[in-house]
Amino acid sequence: CQLFGYVGIEAVLDQMKVKTMKMGFEFNIMVVGQSGLGKSTMVNTLFKSKVSRKASQPGQDERIPKTVQLHSITHVIEEKGVKMKLTVTDTPGFGDQINNENCWDPIIKYINEQYERYLREEVLITRKRKIPDTRVHGCVYFVPPTGHCGGYPGVLGALSWDGGGVGRLEAMVPHLPQIQEDLKAHAISLYPQQDFDQDPEDRALNDRIREKIPFAVVGADQEHQVNGKRVLGRKTKWGIIEVENPAHCEFPLLRDLLIRSHLQDLKDITHNVHYESYRVRRLSES
Amino acid sequence: QNHGYRTLSLSGHVGFGSLPEQLVKKSIKQGFCFNILCIGETGIGKSALINSLFNTNFDDPVSTHFLPRVQLRAQTYELQESNVLLKLTVVNTVGFGDQINREDSYQPIVDYIDAQFEAYLQEELKINRSLFIYHDTRIHVCIYFISPTGHSLKTLDLLTMKSLDSKVNIIPIIGKADGISKTELQNFKNKIMSELVSNGVQIYQFPTDDETFAEMNTIMNGCLPFAVVGSTKEVKIGNKVVRARQYPWGIVQVENENHCDFVKLRKMLICTNMEDLREQTHARHYELYRRCRLEEMGFRDTGPENKPVSLQEAYEAKRHELYLELQRKEEKMRQQFVQRVKEKETILKEAEQQIQSRFEHHMLMHQEVKQKLEKKKKILENEIALFIEKKANAELLQSQASISTPVVGLKRDKDRK
Repeated sequence: CQLFGYVGIEAVLDQMKVKTMKMGFEFNIMVVGQSGLGKSTMVNTLFKSKVSRKASQPGQDERIPKTVQLHSITHVIEEKGVKMKLTVTDTPGFGDQINNENCWDPIIKYINEQYERYLREEVLITRKRKIPDTRVHGCVYFVPPTGHCGGYPGVLGALSWDGGGVGRLEAMVPHLPQIQEDLKAHAISLYPQQDFDQDPEDRALNDRIREKIPFAVVGADQEHQVNGKRVLGRKTKWGIIEVENPAHCEFPLLRDLLIRSHLQDLKDITHNVHYESYRVRRLSES
Repeated sequence: QNHGYRTLSLSGHVGFGSLPEQLVKKSIKQGFCFNILCIGETGIGKSALINSLFNTNFDDPVSTHFLPRVQLRAQTYELQESNVLLKLTVVNTVGFGDQINREDSYQPIVDYIDAQFEAYLQEELKINRSLFIYHDTRIHVCIYFISPTGHSLKTLDLLTMKSLDSKVNIIPIIGKADGISKTELQNFKNKIMSELVSNGVQIYQFPTDDETFAEMNTIMNGCLPFAVVGSTKEVKIGNKVVRARQYPWGIVQVENENHCDFVKLRKMLICTNMEDLREQTHARHYELYRRCRLEEMGFRDTGPENKPVSLQEAYEAKRHELYLELQRKEEKMRQQFVQRVKEKETILKEAEQQIQSRFEHHMLMHQEVKQKLEKKKKILENEIALFIEKKANAELLQSQASISTPVVGLKRDKDRK
């Protein structure tokens, strides 16, 4: 139907913004990888705050645990009036043992537990106005910088098949083509999945991202002076690696993907696709 | 939500401040859904108001006053303003208040609203569901048109609103308000509001908890019910063409705030609170319906010993129930089928017998006719035989007579002739 004059329907967008700012957001991210790969530093760099405690800090009673243990910390951060409840789940002990068979089991168990929690809340007769969301929205998998590590495709395969829960990867390595081939060979589907591209614009944007996966990143939480500006970087004897400089590493790509452009999309796919397929499986079980 | 969690301070720009934008972008892609229910007597100006609200001309046929029952008629339209796509559904109550006996006027409305909730609930309960592409038909707001009598609410109004106030957001308005004078109007409004309060009718309150809209919403809450005028015609005033109603004594301009509350209604309904109306429908009215319905179906959150019932058990029980139901239906259908077959057989048998008896009847007739004909044939044959005999005798006599006198013969001829 043709509108003959201004009505004010578009004001609904502002209404939505106000509502969501009041409600706040939840975001749950998981980092998977062997110890020493820089997971904690990366998370701190991403969110520009001391979200994770680093395992390598001296004086801490941190020893590599004998089994994979999942460790979640929740913080509240605020920017431009937007409040975000951020939960980071760490996986110390992953891939660190001599025998790493099935080291992904605790991870999958955790992911499914979160889906189960949400499902239970959803089927209650009297349910909460806002169901607390602890489901993992994104899993960042750190591939060691050696180019290949024992059986990592196996791990990713297990993660992306079970629960359909995981399948997002950005990692830290220079041997890009080899890894991309490996991933394809094992039919591992990573975020952003091609099936969920909604329109040509989306597809173009996501194709560019898919080309670059896995991202080669460097994390740092110390600032240095470079050309009169203060930048985050790692100081080495041969120069300062600027973390946020796209010419030095692909950290900006990771950050933009995760936070600035695709955060809502990650949550939507978790809710509409992965959670739904968990629910179907669970309800068909009986 | 943020209890017990440490708040961290950011040492630099992270970038999640763009989250509301990301969300909005998604919503634009998906489009919005808004469903309005208009309740009011025939001719009170429902269509005119909707046309004015959305500044367009919806195709809506005029209805008669002579319907025996209240019917609900829903029509969906797609509107676009800049980059926002709105799927608007307008549900009209046709024949409301027209019957002599109005006892059942509001039941069809309640049933309709419940049916939309039920459809959503069924989708939500499905195993393979697709809620994010589901076309939400639940009523987000009910605009109740009060007749501009100037005195008070009618019993029908109170009963209807009371039966709907826990199911839908109600915004009462006074229709065709150009018939009430300014002084009468304020008294009328006060009377209406006090009647609503004293009868415990919960109408929709514009939300006052968020500071962005709190002040305006509070003022608007005090202006309820809105006195509106709608128009599908336009009148030229000065050098502008506006929606208005032209009377010999003046022109009532729809969008003039001094003439009526139309602009207030549009602002509240669309520009300020559309999202809240949708949210209240989903979080409050729908949840209430869902809870009652699930309890009705036999689901419980806690079992007989007050222990939480597991999901598995609940679904098992439900599944069993459905299975039994299916079996019952199957049995019923089977029996019906057998019954029908029997009936058909009886009919066919009867028909067969009928044909049989007719056949026999025809056979009998045939026999009779045949016999008659035989008789006639015999009679004719006898006559023929007699005739031949006579003829033979006559010829004999004639041949004897012709040997004697010809004159006599002539005479005899004459005689014979």
